Amino acid sequence: MFMLEKAMAGSRRYWLWIFCLLAVIGTGLVCYLRQLDHGLGITGLSRDVTWGLYIAQFTFLVGVAASAVMVVLPYYLHNAKAFAKVTILGEFLAVSAVTMCMLFIFVDMGQPARVLNVLLYPTPHSIMFWDMVSLGGYLVLNAVIALVTLRAEREEVPPPGWIKPVILISIPWAVSIHTVTAFLYNGLPGRSLWLTAILAPRFLASAFASGPALLILLCLLLAKVTRSPLFREPVQKLGVIVTYAMSISVFFVLLELFTAFYSQIPEHTESLRYMFAGLDGHTRLVPWMWTSNALALGALALLLVPRYRHNDSLLAIASGMVFFSLWIDKGIGLIVAAFVPSPLGAITEYSPSLAEALISLGVWAFGLLILTVLSKIVLAVRARSLMEAVK
Amino acid sequence: MNLTRQAFLRLTGIAFLTGAARKLVAAVTGPRWAMAVDAAKCATQPNCTRCIAACHQAHNVPAIPDPRHEIHWIAKEPFARTFAAEEDQYSPVRALPAMVLCNHCENPPCVRVCPVQATFKREDGIVAMDWHRCIGCRYCMAACPYGARSFNWEDPRPYIHNPNPEFPTRTKGVVEKCTFCAERIGTGRPPACVEACPQKALVFGNLADPQSPLRALLASRRHVRRKPELGTQPNVFYFL
Ligand code: SF4
Repeated sequence: MFMLEKAMAGSRRYWLWIFCLLAVIGTGLVCYLRQLDHGLGITGLSRDVTWGLYIAQFTFLVGVAASAVMVVLPYYLHNAKAFAKVTILGEFLAVSAVTMCMLFIFVDMGQPARVLNVLLYPTPHSIMFWDMVSLGGYLVLNAVIALVTLRAEREEVPPPGWIKPVILISIPWAVSIHTVTAFLYNGLPGRSLWLTAILAPRFLASAFASGPALLILLCLLLAKVTRSPLFREPVQKLGVIVTYAMSISVFFVLLELFTAFYSQIPEHTESLRYMFAGLDGHTRLVPWMWTSNALALGALALLLVPRYRHNDSLLAIASGMVFFSLWIDKGIGLIVAAFVPSPLGAITEYSPSLAEALISLGVWAFGLLILTVLSKIVLAVRARSLMEAVK
Repeated sequence: MNLTRQAFLRLTGIAFLTGAARKLVAAVTGPRWAMAVDAAKCATQPNCTRCIAACHQAHNVPAIPDPRHEIHWIAKEPFARTFAAEEDQYSPVRALPAMVLCNHCENPPCVRVCPVQATFKREDGIVAMDWHRCIGCRYCMAACPYGARSFNWEDPRPYIHNPNPEFPTRTKGVVEKCTFCAERIGTGRPPACVEACPQKALVFGNLADPQSPLRALLASRRHVRRKPELGTQPNVFYFL
């Protein structure tokens, strides 16, 4: 079933890694049980800042999921052979990211036992309904595509013909998941930080930088673990994608800053001032945001100079910087800052509680576990075909 | 009971049509509830919080000491904060108190975003809530531009010191807010806050009735609403 047996054989290192992930998941689970018992009061959230780490992680990970399209599109539409070996990885990355998204929404719910109400009372005028539809669909699409193509690869037959239209559908679908996720925020009156038509393009640009950056790191890691050159091939091409996407992403942020600070409309500047300079002495986000800025600029410096970018180790460093910069931007700043100041001008600061952080780590570990197992299956299938080719 | 298919279909059709017609008639002829806050009258009693106490007592609103987890349905805020964009530093009304509560918006963003219709607009204009359906996603709190909503971050019951057995308590994990005392106006009584105000600074009434005292006041006195530029069309008015 789903070639799961392939994930059950591995080295000591492999099992140690799995064990570590399970331990983190277990810790998260214990904290979640406490949250379930006590309520969301164990988080750092408040009446004024009602969404925090969970929803921000969700937002960031929708981007990672959507970025699978950055390998699927060049491979299937432009026949970019370098991506032949990573499309499946990209799709599996999407599967694991979407799973994490759903878990983050779930752990954020005050009444998780009522989750099925979303299906019992489908509400098309709520963007959350459409987000559920698009994320669910995307999960199924990617899982089916990856498993079918992988199976074909194992049997050494061409993939069935019906999968091609499914793959084509998955391309605009990827764009849709992040667009709909942006719509969750930018259709709300009174949250000026989000009330910007550029939010969806901004989300997409940052997603197409952070996702492929993660894929570069994954490929380099797999190349190291398996000592196979196959995974190095797409890395440079992905590097170009990250360079473009990151440049566009930074450009979009600058557009936001210009609009807000040149117009000087208070509602539009307040949240941004809170992020980058602090408001009335409240500066909790400031060090984070400047770290994000510094990482973004550093990464761009490495990426934009071809000599640096062509060096795999420097590219890896740049990818790490891109990933963390955008994680801070979307996984912390953008969600929290929209709630500061409150509609009545109050400034309530937020920082996640320990339990909240551990639950988030647990969800991340669960996603990594899925990604590990799925990558392992890919490796096992490929190792066999490689061996047979040698024979 | 013997019912032919045709008769059954006819009956269902009639039932459906009468239901729809009744809704329509109610929407056209029924009441549209609204409130006005007379800030000057309210200001004559600077330390009074009787409306808040009455509301919170009637509705089992918990008194949670941690300000981050606070729950309130109605609160007292100065005009300087409630109408921050409108009141410059020289304005005489900056210090006036403005009772803030859910505006029961004509076009409520909270209702638009709720994924399970746990908050909904009734025909009489009240934005009501179903606390048994709410999944606690807090999307409505992000959508409300007035900060009218509170979330139960923990079990509220230990903080309800003098429970009112006539009104339900809530559980942890659901959102709550002012209901315009739907349970009271159904029996012809005014909302608890209106009844409690010694200065009669809160006026509750029916916008659909041109003869109502509320309509007369609105027609004769200058008034403002919170953030009208957002298109939510609040149904709480403030006299200066
Ligand atoms: S004031 Fe807020 S909670 Fe009340 S109806 Fe308007 S948007 Fe909804």
